[in-house]
Amino acid sequence: MTTTDTRPDTGSRTGPRTAARPGRPGSALARARGGLPTLVFLAPMLIVFGVFSWLPIGRAVVMSFQRTNLVTDPVFVGFANFQQVFADPLLWTAVQNTGYFALLALVFGYPVPLVAAILMSEVRRLRGLFSALAYLPVVVPPVVAVLLWKLFYDAGEDGVFNTVLAWFGLGPVAWLQDSGAVMPSLVLEATWAAAGGTVIIYLAALVGVDPSLYEAAEIDGAGVWRKLWHITLPQLRGVLLITFILQIIGTAQVFLEPFLFTDGGPANRTLTLLLLIYRYAFTNSLGGDYGAAAALSLMLAVVLAAFSMLYFRLTRSWSS
Amino acid sequence: MQTSRTAAATAAAALAALALAACTDDGPDDGKTHITVTIDAGLEQDAIDAFNARVAQFEDANPDIDVETQEYTWTAGTFTAQLAGGTLPDVFVIPFTDGRGLIERGQIADIGDYTADLPYRDAFNPNIAAAGEDADGNMWAIPISAYGQGLHYNRTLFEAAGLDPDAPPTTWAEVQAAAKQISEATGEAGYAVMTNDNTGGWILTTVVNALGGRTEDGGTATIDTPQMRQALEQLQAMRWEDDSMGDTLQYDWAGINQDFASGRIGMYVSGGGNYGNLFTQNGLNPDDYGLTVLPLADSPDAGVLGGGTLAAVSPNAEPAEQEAAVAWIDFYYMEKLTDEAAAVADAEVKAETGQPVGAPELPVFDKATYDEQQGWIAEYVNVPVEQMAPYTSQVFDQPLLTEPVTATQEVYGVLDTVVQTILTDENADIDALLETAQAEAQAAMDAAA
Repeated sequence: MTTTDTRPDTGSRTGPRTAARPGRPGSALARARGGLPTLVFLAPMLIVFGVFSWLPIGRAVVMSFQRTNLVTDPVFVGFANFQQVFADPLLWTAVQNTGYFALLALVFGYPVPLVAAILMSEVRRLRGLFSALAYLPVVVPPVVAVLLWKLFYDAGEDGVFNTVLAWFGLGPVAWLQDSGAVMPSLVLEATWAAAGGTVIIYLAALVGVDPSLYEAAEIDGAGVWRKLWHITLPQLRGVLLITFILQIIGTAQVFLEPFLFTDGGPANRTLTLLLLIYRYAFTNSLGGDYGAAAALSLMLAVVLAAFSMLYFRLTRSWSS
Repeated sequence: MQTSRTAAATAAAALAALALAACTDDGPDDGKTHITVTIDAGLEQDAIDAFNARVAQFEDANPDIDVETQEYTWTAGTFTAQLAGGTLPDVFVIPFTDGRGLIERGQIADIGDYTADLPYRDAFNPNIAAAGEDADGNMWAIPISAYGQGLHYNRTLFEAAGLDPDAPPTTWAEVQAAAKQISEATGEAGYAVMTNDNTGGWILTTVVNALGGRTEDGGTATIDTPQMRQALEQLQAMRWEDDSMGDTLQYDWAGINQDFASGRIGMYVSGGGNYGNLFTQNGLNPDDYGLTVLPLADSPDAGVLGGGTLAAVSPNAEPAEQEAAVAWIDFYYMEKLTDEAAAVADAEVKAETGQPVGAPELPVFDKATYDEQQGWIAEYVNVPVEQMAPYTSQVFDQPLLTEPVTATQEVYGVLDTVVQTILTDENADIDALLETAQAEAQAAMDAAA
């Protein structure tokens, strides 16, 4: 891949290139179009992001090297928090569980919105209704959704899913209490809850696919699968690559489902990294081990950032 | 164009400045000491009115103090977050379990100078007062109520299973047999245990204590004991052999109260003063309710695990606010335990607003003071005391044990995993579980030390 410099030629190979650019000479901000008014309009956004996003991130980094309960004075402890986290046997349990959740979500959850979007894009009538139905779970408050699904997952014979299984002579299944069934159960609800948003993204992307490509393919005798494989998926690859990395980042930070459904149980089978961070911070006898929580948060952020960079580097040629 | 953009920018900056200015609040400067005090979340309007009336009485008696109320309910997760975020009211309540740790780390205000002046300071039961004292005996937090663990049971399910509700189990073998009978006859859980949010460890420790065991010996974990093994083997038998624990195997405190109150559980272990929550928050039918003491093994070390509630003051409170906070604690929480008029007034309001009066507690002072206070409010008692007689007639004779002190919540968390494994894995290996739990509990204690 090559890049092209589109900046105007100053006509001089030796003079400063900035001299011929529009705007005032001096700082980068001053050179920017708009000058002070732009800066003033940006200020609220910069303040909001600074105060509520960047500053807490910066504080968390500092906190990861401190022993602090946020009430008494913090003490710098070097890498002790990181050592403590690495020495915790539950860390590896949480890593495995998070990886398992991400894998299940990828295998079963990732294709679902894509298939749904492609099917819906083929529907001529009531597409709006289907879109709304697909998006509906996204607007249901997550806590309400989990409470609803807890009824579905009731381990008794009168639980919703177990009632359905009983029609076929199956079950009952202790969905959230069985060490084998619990994680797939969480993935199922998470997929239901989140798929709608991705469906909308895919539908929007499908609208952008040039219809003449399909017409040409039909003239050449291509069937549904060939059109899907050779036109739809390649045309969506940019969006697919983005939703893939977003899914990985999202599932690596799964918290809501294990927190509300199982609190990490049974026997830590659904203890995820974020739940472990929560436990470090809020449910221990130290009155808040925020140093360890910040250390694990920082480690997770670094791993995800590194993974994202690697991913974008490896897939650069596919997405262009 | 340039002028209008500049004007717009100036307006935006002014709005931003205004918004920031609106965020600051220094409070009224009227020469009074302002404190915020805890009011239970989710109260009915009558109860809120009654609370506000008490606030007005306090302010009349203390014109230099202004009291604001703030809804607050202690839970492990929210409390720690509020503590760190500085959003707790000036006066709040905590369980005994948390007192010592918060005091050692200076996370609550040192109100020792003010509590020393309380007329009943030296009248507290020493075992109970210790929960709110530092190593030098200064009282940083005031015990306002205490309880011993009890066995709650559903009288209606007992009758349906052919059991006598007036003769509840007196041994753990009888508990197991009754649970099986209830489960077979009614299809409901004969016996249930808490498992989540460290409550699994709390209840397991309770049973181990009742069998004569301990989970800690001066900073050393003692998880792998014959009593622990016995408790787990019985749990395993009830779950997998008797099938008497129902379909729901994961409970926190709120969840098990809810299911018990709705008639889905025959028996469970929790604090002896739980009736208030069961009745006011979970709609328990009083006719269903029964309470008895925990069966204690024939061992000199067997005892009933106790607990209770401390009133504490925010570490952010200034000295004048701390003094005012102690005055409020004395007025609102303690006078009804020591003063007849206050006790009667409190009971009267509760009875009028449909709140339970007379649910069993353990005395924070001595038994004579407790009995005297119960006598003052006798005519207002509206809980089914006869159905609690198996508890109230015996609990004062049971040895009361305090909770483990080192890394309490972490060790409870470790034991949560043990209980959950026993209940969800038919082939759970108790030896292996205890070996792992012993190591993890010791590591937690070492880290805390």
